[in-house]
Amino acid sequence: MTGFLEHLVSGLASGGIYGLLALAIVLVRRTTGVINFAQGEMATLAAFGCWTLVDHGWAFWPAFGATIALSFAGGAALQVVVLRPVERGPLAGILVLTVGLLLSLNGLTAWIGGGAPKRFDGPFSASLVTVGGAAFSKRDLGVVVASLAVAALVGLLLTRTKLGLGLRAASASPAEARLAGVRVGAMRAAGWGLAAALGAVAGVLAAPSLGLEPNMLQTALLYALAAAVLGGLDSPAGALVGGLLLGVLLDLVGGCVHWVGGELRPATALAVLLAVLLVRPAGPLGVRRA
Amino acid sequence: MRQKLAWLALAAIVLAALPFPLSEPHTVELATVGAYFIAILGVDLLGRHAGEVSLGHGGFMAVGAYTTATLTADHGVRDLWTIPAAAAVAGGVGLLAGLPGLRVSGLSFALASFGIAVAAPTTLRRFDHLTGGSRGIALFGKSTQTGHGLGVLGLTNGQWLYALTWTVGVACFLVLWAILASSFGRSLHAVRDSELAAAAAGVNRPAVKLAAFGISAALAGIAGSLLAIDVAYVSPHTFPIQLSLYLLVGSVAGLYGSIWGAVLGALLVQYLSRLVGLVPHVDTSRAGPATFFFGATLVALMLALPLVLRSADAIARRGHARPH
Repeated sequence: MTGFLEHLVSGLASGGIYGLLALAIVLVRRTTGVINFAQGEMATLAAFGCWTLVDHGWAFWPAFGATIALSFAGGAALQVVVLRPVERGPLAGILVLTVGLLLSLNGLTAWIGGGAPKRFDGPFSASLVTVGGAAFSKRDLGVVVASLAVAALVGLLLTRTKLGLGLRAASASPAEARLAGVRVGAMRAAGWGLAAALGAVAGVLAAPSLGLEPNMLQTALLYALAAAVLGGLDSPAGALVGGLLLGVLLDLVGGCVHWVGGELRPATALAVLLAVLLVRPAGPLGVRRA
Repeated sequence: MRQKLAWLALAAIVLAALPFPLSEPHTVELATVGAYFIAILGVDLLGRHAGEVSLGHGGFMAVGAYTTATLTADHGVRDLWTIPAAAAVAGGVGLLAGLPGLRVSGLSFALASFGIAVAAPTTLRRFDHLTGGSRGIALFGKSTQTGHGLGVLGLTNGQWLYALTWTVGVACFLVLWAILASSFGRSLHAVRDSELAAAAAGVNRPAVKLAAFGISAALAGIAGSLLAIDVAYVSPHTFPIQLSLYLLVGSVAGLYGSIWGAVLGALLVQYLSRLVGLVPHVDTSRAGPATFFFGATLVALMLALPLVLRSADAIARRGHARPH
């Protein structure tokens, strides 16, 4: 039982990170209709940025804040400069463009940061706390709480603020939103910015346990895509829940089923992805949008 | 048409004569270009003719390469006979990845194939009793398993690999051309252009799409098999996620189709990292710069392509309007 609890918490910690990335993917999909394959690399670059600031003597929290702000600006800029010219083109072309961004950013991170993993302690200590015989790492607990809190903030932003209303209006029906005075172009840029900022949080939370290196989030991108598909690709809440579920599933299966181990986790996620697409493409957790 | 045939004949002569003035290592390099050429034909088939994006052809190549490696290293099969087996196994995996594409079109194959590219390296490591794990597999136990070892035409090893890869490459191209010129090709284009209209015209959309996924993955399997034969060694590091994406860059750089485009794309996949080394102050001993330039090439192409295609369209139309 304690073993199960330990796996549950570490699974939720990884799942929170997949969930945040999935949430970013869903935000981009909702606001601009695209799957951004570069979402993971944007997050890795942000984590590198945060590490660089800390390395130059900044305290963690100001560095983290600056990273989030810069990521928002960077994401919005990417949408305006790179995505906007092809916005009306075929979807396949835009998808390929985001793959180009994936490679560029991956190469840029390796070029500037070097390929060797960096030590990045992040905000939480890696020491253990023991509750009723089960040992949890403080870092895992911190990541679970932080990712849930950030997801809740995004939920509030989307449902309770003027910006959120604008974002949802611009994605649901751009033409009508424009008539109602919503600046649809700005909303699309804001959607990318928000997604990039979310990704930055995911990247910084993931870096201490994954080890900060250019390919850090490539596998996590697959998990995030699978999580987003579990949630039906359109539902922010579904993406988060999908991420948490997938994190726990992979940790339990990888940790308890010896045959799977660590190495078949990506294949397990792929199987989940294929099964969902085959059996219920709208996502088992997805809600049919009117 | 006659002019086109003349160009193809010239290309065939150049292709056949090319290895003679070259050194052995360069000949092997050009043989691997042939392998990438075949893989890009597969990506093109989906991108240009089926309207689907594959982010996983490196993964399908891995499947083909390991089929060949296992057959040669563990079962002593000759290089040549493993190629059809590699095509069949990779084609089967492609069908599997294509299954979701029957229900939801567009994104699902891109997602599934990306999953295969990501999962392939670690999955190969898991089944180390078959795949040798991270150590990989050296292919040929006996020299009589290769055409060079058997003394075919008295070719050197490089020349044999070059001849084998490009003969298969040209054969793949011709088969693909015949397939696309058949009624299947027309059905495929119909499904790409309008699924609804195709269905109304009685085209079996799922069967046509699935066949395209299968053929495309089989081409990648052949490519992987030949790559394995060319370098006589496979390991999970031979097939990183980036390879799949480089193949996509190669396909797009060839403007998504045409034989010349696929050749250009294959050359790019093989030589871009070295071209990047010519840029001053760029250290190509690290992976970063090459990856960056692959990505930048793709972004630039996708931004410029609509303009290029539009102007090409305009030129073609002007050409038709002019009285002869």
